[in-house]
Amino acid sequence: MHNKTVSELIKAIEKKEVSSLELTNHFLDRIKKLDSNLNSFITLTEEQALDKAKKIDKEISKGVLKPLSGIPLAQKDIFCTKGIKTTCGSKMLDNFISPYDATVVEKLNHAGMIVIGKTNMDEFAMGSSNETSFFGDVRNPWDKDYVPGGSSGGSAASVAARLIPCSTGTDTGGSIRQPASLTGICGIKPTYGRVSRFGMIAFASSLDQAGVFTRTAEDSAILLTHISGYDPKDSTSSRKPVPDYVQECLKEFKPITIGIPTEFLDGLDNKVREVFDDNIKILEKDGCKVKKISLKSSKLGVSAYQVVAPAECSSNLSRYDGVRFGYRAEDVENIEELYKKSRSDAFGAEVKRRILIGTYALSAGYYDAYYLKAQKIRKIISNEFEDAFKEVDLILGPTAPDTAFKLGEKTNDPIAMYLSDVFTVSTNLAGLPAMSIPMGFKNKLPLGLQIIGNHFDESKILALAHHYQKLTDWHTKVPEEYGE
Amino acid sequence: MDKNTIIKIADLAKIEIKDDKINDIAESLEKILNLVDEMNSVDTDNVTPMSHPLNLKQELRKDEVNEINQRELFQKGNVNTENGYYKVPKIID
Repeated sequence: MHNKTVSELIKAIEKKEVSSLELTNHFLDRIKKLDSNLNSFITLTEEQALDKAKKIDKEISKGVLKPLSGIPLAQKDIFCTKGIKTTCGSKMLDNFISPYDATVVEKLNHAGMIVIGKTNMDEFAMGSSNETSFFGDVRNPWDKDYVPGGSSGGSAASVAARLIPCSTGTDTGGSIRQPASLTGICGIKPTYGRVSRFGMIAFASSLDQAGVFTRTAEDSAILLTHISGYDPKDSTSSRKPVPDYVQECLKEFKPITIGIPTEFLDGLDNKVREVFDDNIKILEKDGCKVKKISLKSSKLGVSAYQVVAPAECSSNLSRYDGVRFGYRAEDVENIEELYKKSRSDAFGAEVKRRILIGTYALSAGYYDAYYLKAQKIRKIISNEFEDAFKEVDLILGPTAPDTAFKLGEKTNDPIAMYLSDVFTVSTNLAGLPAMSIPMGFKNKLPLGLQIIGNHFDESKILALAHHYQKLTDWHTKVPEEYGE
Repeated sequence: MDKNTIIKIADLAKIEIKDDKINDIAESLEKILNLVDEMNSVDTDNVTPMSHPLNLKQELRKDEVNEINQRELFQKGNVNTENGYYKVPKIID
């Protein structure tokens, strides 16, 4: 059952080949049996999941079938889930039971999905390896000595190991696409504003966007259709109508023009380059036009990101003061000490580092040199994309500079860690949609192909991804231990 | 970044840093700032800063009551509450 895609499971439920309760139990058993080595879940919501599955089965027996009735799902632990612990990977929220649901959670619940658990992640989504989580490292199912990427490491590893058919994620600088690449699955970050951020714990509000992990492009289209749309609770969500992404993804593919930024290939690892080139040849042979383009300022993306993201994080995380919710330090003399001790005890090293950098960048006398400068670089990067999309339909490149790295390899070198997002951050700065799909292997570890689209061009991205998955079979590969 | 700057920022950010950690933190922040300084390789004098990816206008809603107060629900998980208030160390003598 775990080898079926979301689209296949929908049909199986429809045809009553399997009940929602059977599916829920199957995936719960699998998680209990196999996740101890991966650590991809922080919380299992067994009781609620079984109750909901029974309710869905009752509905189905009465002829009520919702679009995603009975399909199991894992929610990244950054999304608030009513009555369920929501930690954001931090000691700060280890005791936090959310009093409400995030809009993404509400929408998927409404569509009939069953939340099986909350997945592990880098603390407050700050990290690229899932090693900053208060709840321990997540391991890569392809090789447990390696990281699954981050920050949505648990969401990616659980889908890759087929512990769950699909999961949610969030992407501020690559946190969906990079782990999707490193674990050999699909991960899509939609256009900024396409999906509501309400109830999604904020890291950098002008960059954060929710998305999904699946094994196929079609499955991504299914879930994206359900989570997208305007939300009065998020004033930055877009009023643009939501297309039926499934229909758009499955319709007959017409060859398009693909842009390849030379800057993404300069100095790239030889094997990664070879795999990427082979894939471009496949698409070219199939009729797509390939054009070399230049995004010359994209290399400054990491620098600008390292100002914008920490600055916004320092502001967003000021709400954790030990007073209203979350961790509260004991034995304090005064309010100042309560703030300082609560924050110092409960935030990890990376979160503190980013708060400090952000506070510095926004402090008196430095604003122009850092935050304002970064916003100008952001504009230049955005303009370059805009110009590129006058000539090409989609932009392709590798998602990450290389395959997964070993646990501990980059933990003492924040800069090396930040640079693993070099190909992903610029799309967040420009607010563009992008997806990572599996494109091959290097030393038995997966590599991802990144497809970047213009604003609100998710349909084009999904259509190319789906077409590519008809021409290749990388998306069907499964880590040996988790196949049967 | 000197010791005093780190102490000042940490105070603004309400984060305690132990004395023996200040040098390590200064070093790692310094490295990040060096990375960030690469931005200076580009002339941005005539560029309008971009604060938001979609150039959205701030949406305003009508000033109407649309949700009931849920104070009790929101305070449920917090043991440091009393009569609807949050208890904190004494602020005024």
